[in-house]
Amino acid sequence: MRQVRHERPERQEGHASHVTTGTPPVIRLDGVGRTHPGQPPVVALRPTDLTVHRGEYLAVTGPSGSGKSTLLHLLGLLDTPTTGRYELDGIDTASLRDRDRATLRGRRIGFVFQSFHLLPHRTAEENVVLAQVYNRTPARARRAAALAALRLVGLGHRTDALPSTLSGGERQRVAIARALVNRPSLLLCDEPTGNLDSANADAVLARFDDLHAQGFTLVVITHDPAVAARAGRRVAIRDGVLSEREGLPSEAEVPAR
Amino acid sequence: MSRPARSPRKVRSARSALPGPSARLGLRDLLSEALSGLLQRPGRSVLTMLGTVLGIGAFVAVLGLTATASGQIGEQFSLTKATTVTVTDRPRPDGVAPGANPPSNFPADADRRLAAIDGVRAGGVWWPVPTAPVISSRPNGPDEGTGLTVLAATPGAVSAMEPTLAAGVTMDAFVQRTAQPVVLLSEAAAKRLGVSRLDAQPAVFLDGVPYSVIGIYSDVRRQPGALLGLLIPASTALERYGNPAPEPERGAQGLVATRVGAAPVVAAQIPLALRPDAPDAFTVVPPPDPHSLQDQVTSDLTGLFLALAGICLLVGAVGIANTTLVAVLERTGEIGLRRSLGARTGHIAAQFLTESTALGTLGGLIGTGLGVVTVVGVAAARDWTAVLQPAATLPAPLIGTVVGLLAGLYPALRAARTDPLKALRST
Repeated sequence: MRQVRHERPERQEGHASHVTTGTPPVIRLDGVGRTHPGQPPVVALRPTDLTVHRGEYLAVTGPSGSGKSTLLHLLGLLDTPTTGRYELDGIDTASLRDRDRATLRGRRIGFVFQSFHLLPHRTAEENVVLAQVYNRTPARARRAAALAALRLVGLGHRTDALPSTLSGGERQRVAIARALVNRPSLLLCDEPTGNLDSANADAVLARFDDLHAQGFTLVVITHDPAVAARAGRRVAIRDGVLSEREGLPSEAEVPAR
Repeated sequence: MSRPARSPRKVRSARSALPGPSARLGLRDLLSEALSGLLQRPGRSVLTMLGTVLGIGAFVAVLGLTATASGQIGEQFSLTKATTVTVTDRPRPDGVAPGANPPSNFPADADRRLAAIDGVRAGGVWWPVPTAPVISSRPNGPDEGTGLTVLAATPGAVSAMEPTLAAGVTMDAFVQRTAQPVVLLSEAAAKRLGVSRLDAQPAVFLDGVPYSVIGIYSDVRRQPGALLGLLIPASTALERYGNPAPEPERGAQGLVATRVGAAPVVAAQIPLALRPDAPDAFTVVPPPDPHSLQDQVTSDLTGLFLALAGICLLVGAVGIANTTLVAVLERTGEIGLRRSLGARTGHIAAQFLTESTALGTLGGLIGTGLGVVTVVGVAAARDWTAVLQPAATLPAPLIGTVVGLLAGLYPALRAARTDPLKALRST
């Protein structure tokens, strides 16, 4: 078992003042692994240690089939580890019932998917409002929050647009606004630029940089090195084994503000 | 190993900025999500509803038309028939000398007893005089009465016949009590016997015995047989011709005119009123119940249409189930997204169940509306009074609700079981 420790207080203090150590880390994986039962059992993710602090911008890279998606689903509480312990915001998720996992997922994790997953018959604003339906946001507060989230991604002027009239980059930004509207602890992005051309991808990545600068915690799962290069911290995953990437270009360590 | 956040309560306390213990979907949100799901594809929703609309429309229309048709009794229903009760005597021959007729079971004061029943306007006893007398206009003259019958009748029976008098008076209690030799002539008999005016106090002869003609009637509302007859008081007939024949069809019969609607009740009371000691001595024939008559006619057709309505509902349910299932399969991405937004499996199931239930309810409402319009339209076209039974019409939309609910169970279960991982991977 390969242990990777990420207790690096000197870095957190050094490059990003909004990274706080007083609160529990957003993500703490302690020997988390996932094995799919079968004959023979398939090891999707070997026992892994990983700590992501508040305000970090982490990229997870790896080829397809490497265990990226497994890690994403585990982090997103869509799947449960077969071994180890996963704490989200200091909450041990292993002991939670399904309904509480759903609650935690809805409140503290914002998902951004490769294929956007916008509801086609709803406007940008309505798509963002949808994220507030399952977490008891009072109905009258939703529109204001949705508008604020859309403004945050630079789409304050397209609130009434249907997804079909938006460009790919705009759609992904609506999806990001939807992920942000509940002020989650963690923004979990799965190949966020996979369906975008380079101009749109750049626009989306620039939003990520903004969000990182505003103190959001981002985990971006990608196979694209250019996307990973924007992140402050990179880990690689290969054959179910997670490893910290060292010796990366120093300019990528501190994201553009 | 410590587990700091084992309970949901801990989850809440871990971050106070988030109120509430768990993900929740308010009723308003549930309804609005379900409705927006339906409105995404309005055409499909309408087509899906069609089976329910037809089924419930047919259900309401059939029940409404049946009720409306049964309400139209006035057309085929004779008021006279509905207010007539006949009583047939069943005399017992025991203890009677051979050759003689047994006495009738009707008491002598039958008129009074019948009139005492609530709802009776008039009632009495009549019978054809058993030995057909020779009818003549002159003493010992030839028989001029071919085709005419001599009927014995109490004044109550004559009143119950409701004769239209062309001349003279009708029978009264006096002639009955004193067994007067008087006769009431039908117009046909009067013409045959050459009686046209009563101011000369004419008489007709029965077996050579004179009877004073006290009145001539041109029509009767009941007992049309009397239109070819001569009516003599029952007491006179008993004195001169003896007891009525024992055979029911030639024997003494009660004729009772009732108030409208009272006939069935009166019919039930007559035997006891006439002979409390032997109520089974009579066969009482009440008028046919107009409702039972109508019901008999329409029940076969109603059953057929209701069966068709049931089939429509079944087809409607299958349609809703199918469409909802297709929607579930189409919207796996949406299901995955909702799960990622914090929806529990129960929320997903509830949403699709609500969609199918809303479809069923909407179909039920539209169907009920169409059914009511059909009933009113048919009634208007045929100049009927539309009759809709609230007990059958008002709950009709709920049938749609139940259909939608049942139809949505399986698709909702499928939706709830959708694996969010796979759902999110699909584009």
